[in-house]
Amino acid sequence: MTDTHDTPDTWTVAGQTFTSRLIVGTGKYKDFAQNAAAVEASGAEIVTVAVRRVNVSDPKAPMLTDFIDPKKIVYLPNTAGCFTTDDAVRTLRLAREAGGWDLVKLEVLGEAKTLYPDMRETLKATEILAKDGFKPMVYCTDDPIAAKQLEEAGAVAVMPLGAPIGSGLGIQNRVTIRLIVENAKVPVLVDAGVGTASDAGVAMELGCDGVLMNTAIAEAKNPVMMARAMRLAVESGRLSYRAGRMGRRMYADPSSPLAGLI
Amino acid sequence: MSISITLNGEPRTIDDGLTIAALAEQIGLNPAKIAVERNLEIVPRSILAEVLLTDGDTLEIVHFVGGG
Repeated sequence: MTDTHDTPDTWTVAGQTFTSRLIVGTGKYKDFAQNAAAVEASGAEIVTVAVRRVNVSDPKAPMLTDFIDPKKIVYLPNTAGCFTTDDAVRTLRLAREAGGWDLVKLEVLGEAKTLYPDMRETLKATEILAKDGFKPMVYCTDDPIAAKQLEEAGAVAVMPLGAPIGSGLGIQNRVTIRLIVENAKVPVLVDAGVGTASDAGVAMELGCDGVLMNTAIAEAKNPVMMARAMRLAVESGRLSYRAGRMGRRMYADPSSPLAGLI
Repeated sequence: MSISITLNGEPRTIDDGLTIAALAEQIGLNPAKIAVERNLEIVPRSILAEVLLTDGDTLEIVHFVGGG
């Protein structure tokens, strides 16, 4: 094998091919300028966005689209804050009208305290969206069976949580994330729970196709610097996965030759 | 003549005979950056300039904002 780090290493979701494996959120930033600078530093080609009511009393307020150009960066509309299938589907139908594209992020939450996904509603919503022509990338529990069911229902990517949204706790169950990766025919992205660069590296070393994060960058002391750290961690984790790590041993194995010792 | 509608959850009195696009522009919104739901049904952007608002309509006008 003559594989080098120069080999193009892209990933494809619903027919769209991307080079960056980092998807970043656009919430919680100090302002749009900082947000745009962080997106630039992250190298992300996709950003998640929320769908909300226009503030009709202040229509001239700055808008996200003035700072992050949807013609250059793919907007992935989410259903954050939706707790039922109906709310999520309704939100994404509006998003499709606002944006004009079918690639969306579905999340149906079970309760406010953990923001854990409600998988019964999530599965139902995935089926409805797929039948309606959407390409849903689906936020889910780190459950290999649920991930498979979502794929069968029409999810174009499955996005298991590493830990609760906004918790920054890192990947809590590497075994289940790896099981999802091994069984999936669609891209797998860790969505939620990343706190620092090494967490993103772990996700990529487990063989995930990408990582989605928001708070880890937005709530860093220096979000733009952290965005770059995440970019490097995702690239480095991916290279490490492709390179194939060494085996684990219980005991030491000297790196210097034993022969010729004085 | 004026009519009463509900716009993003708030009651509002508007001129009779306005299309959705005309209302959006009157408020100061760019119709190209919004999506509209009228009485729980999506109004395709291509016909925002054709759909006349009627008394009692409930409108939701949304756009993209920052989110994770």
